[in-house]
Amino acid sequence: MSTTQKITLAKGLNMGLRKAMEDDDKVLLMGEDVGKLGGVFRITDGLQKDFGEDRVIDSPLAESGIVGTAVGMALRGYRPVIEIQFDGFVYPAYDQIVCQVAKYTYRSQGKVKMPIVIRIPFGGGIGAVEHHSESPEAQFAHTPGLKVVACSNPVDGYWMIQQAIAHDDPVIFLEPKRQYHADKAELDETATPEPLFTSRVVRAGSDATVLAYGPTVKTALKAAEAAASEGRNLEVIDLRTLSPLDMAPVFESVRRTGRCVITHEAHVNLGMGAEVAARITEQCFYSLEAPVLRVGAFDMPYPPSRIEEEYLPDLDRVLDAVDRTFAF
Amino acid sequence: MSDPVSFGPDLAEVFGPSQSDGGPDLVQLLTPEGERVHHPEFDHDFSAEELRGLYRDMVLTRRIDVEATALQRHGELGIWAQLLGQEAAQIGAGRALRPQDYVFPTYREHGVAYCKGVDPLRLLGLFRGVDQGGWDPNENNFGLYTIVIGAQTLHATGYAMGMQRDGVVGTGDPDRDSAVIAHFGDGASSQGDVNEAFIFAASYNAPVVFFCQNNQWAISEPIERQTRIPLYQRALGFGFPGIRVDGNDVLATYAVTKAALQRAREGNGPSFVEAYTYRMGAHTTTDDPTRYRLNDELEHWKLKDPIERLKVYLRRNGLVDQQFFDDLDAEAKEMGHHLREGCKALPDPKPMDQFDYVFTEMTDEIAAQRDEFAAYLASFEGSHS
Repeated sequence: MSTTQKITLAKGLNMGLRKAMEDDDKVLLMGEDVGKLGGVFRITDGLQKDFGEDRVIDSPLAESGIVGTAVGMALRGYRPVIEIQFDGFVYPAYDQIVCQVAKYTYRSQGKVKMPIVIRIPFGGGIGAVEHHSESPEAQFAHTPGLKVVACSNPVDGYWMIQQAIAHDDPVIFLEPKRQYHADKAELDETATPEPLFTSRVVRAGSDATVLAYGPTVKTALKAAEAAASEGRNLEVIDLRTLSPLDMAPVFESVRRTGRCVITHEAHVNLGMGAEVAARITEQCFYSLEAPVLRVGAFDMPYPPSRIEEEYLPDLDRVLDAVDRTFAF
Repeated sequence: MSDPVSFGPDLAEVFGPSQSDGGPDLVQLLTPEGERVHHPEFDHDFSAEELRGLYRDMVLTRRIDVEATALQRHGELGIWAQLLGQEAAQIGAGRALRPQDYVFPTYREHGVAYCKGVDPLRLLGLFRGVDQGGWDPNENNFGLYTIVIGAQTLHATGYAMGMQRDGVVGTGDPDRDSAVIAHFGDGASSQGDVNEAFIFAASYNAPVVFFCQNNQWAISEPIERQTRIPLYQRALGFGFPGIRVDGNDVLATYAVTKAALQRAREGNGPSFVEAYTYRMGAHTTTDDPTRYRLNDELEHWKLKDPIERLKVYLRRNGLVDQQFFDDLDAEAKEMGHHLREGCKALPDPKPMDQFDYVFTEMTDEIAAQRDEFAAYLASFEGSHS
């Protein structure tokens, strides 16, 4: 009997959520429209029907309320999994996330756990109106007490959501929304996943290292393909975890290649790339042939969607940055 | 010219004029003069022992507050949030709880903490700067103090939703049925989180009592800056009942809170209790109320002192003797001694402790920072500059 099937990211997340709910009856889902509708992206499709309204909870339209009540549920021993409908709607919950969720374990000297997963569809490229295409990861990675991960493909979606739910610390779980219903991948449910807080080399190479996470992993892989046709061999690493960062594979790679480009949809200024570049500089200084370059959003609000492709990092901008590391 | 469009009744007519005395709906069982009165809905037959107990609790709570204030003046605490004048509101609410009920406090619920069995010494840690909440919330069902105004009302609501899912609401078993009480103040009533908590609690019929100590002042801002209608009347707009109780009357506060908690435990949903009281002290020891309020007001409220009125009642009815007061005085002194000596003995956290408990298990990143800092500190060892 075959144990594999081809799934989308949306399906992988849906299956992962279902599995987590089957494995632990303390797991609750809560968010806007997650019940009957199955979420605006259908990630929770069918779960309320199978697990009931007590475990898949349609919430009033108030993000702070969703996160704040999740804190109370966690104190009561539950493992709430929250869906923030869109990245741009997480800010009303910012205080609860940063001041309450992130700090409860520390303030209680470890007496209280906050096993809360906050799922956020993030990134652009779907032709949406404003507040629907943002990349707020650095704001959460900057907050001690939160863990931040980003999945980039269907198989990771399936495993990472289960691992995040089973984890005892709060996890900001970023899902590249434009990938939800895009590429399919082969899932083997009997496989053993890598640990959650690890980065992964997704394409081996020797000439330069390209770092990416979430939606830009695909961009980086395409760039590597294009570079290969020109005889340049790029190594691509999917960071997967943004806080804590798993830098060991990155250092190993950069020490071999001597060149590194990091790409994300978020703003370059004080973004994840800045932190990653600083760490590479600290640890790989004598291996570097060029400064670490960053390819991301310009420092402006997300533009009207008709020009979002000129704003988002793409294959050519990644390759241009790679070229510049060679020209240095 | 046409007549102006009517948007409904004049609010002043509906809600009445200024209600500085608490207004006609104020539930009271013991007047400021110590006279026992009765209420058609909220009443309770207090035994002499119960009455003496409530009096004792209030006296000890005031002692905790006075002692902590003195410790701040002596430089032993960085700051202290005073509850002077709010003893009845806190003891009435605190004693109405059952062991299985859960409390979500602000940073001023010292009397409630005491009722829940938290050693008052533990409360000092936050204000001394040796910890950020030195008690285990689940040991006494008393959450950590919450400084971001109103945030805890959502935690309370979520916790109550958890109780619903645990099947400990409306079973008819008094040892099992549980409720949550969320404490907050008049200032917090303006916060989005508090209003969202009302909406969530109403929507899910959560077993939570929203207990607002309206002490008339949010630091320097009077209640009029927070609301145009009496706070308890807001509850109806959210879909649950609101009651205003004399927060300086420990008997009424106890009776009303008890009824509200029971209602919640039975599965009849949230309610709002506005304990109408007065902050006789400063907001905290850093505050100077003489800059924004008149002494006349304070003098007026001193006549409504929560402890004095019960003392008068106990004496007038022969429920206490001098021995009771002597014993209580000795107990209060012992409490003072416990806090003074205990406070100074609270161990300072060690520099390396700051790395612990950011997460349930230390990450490699934080371990590396800890090791680096330890090496840095060690580099000074043996130097005699």
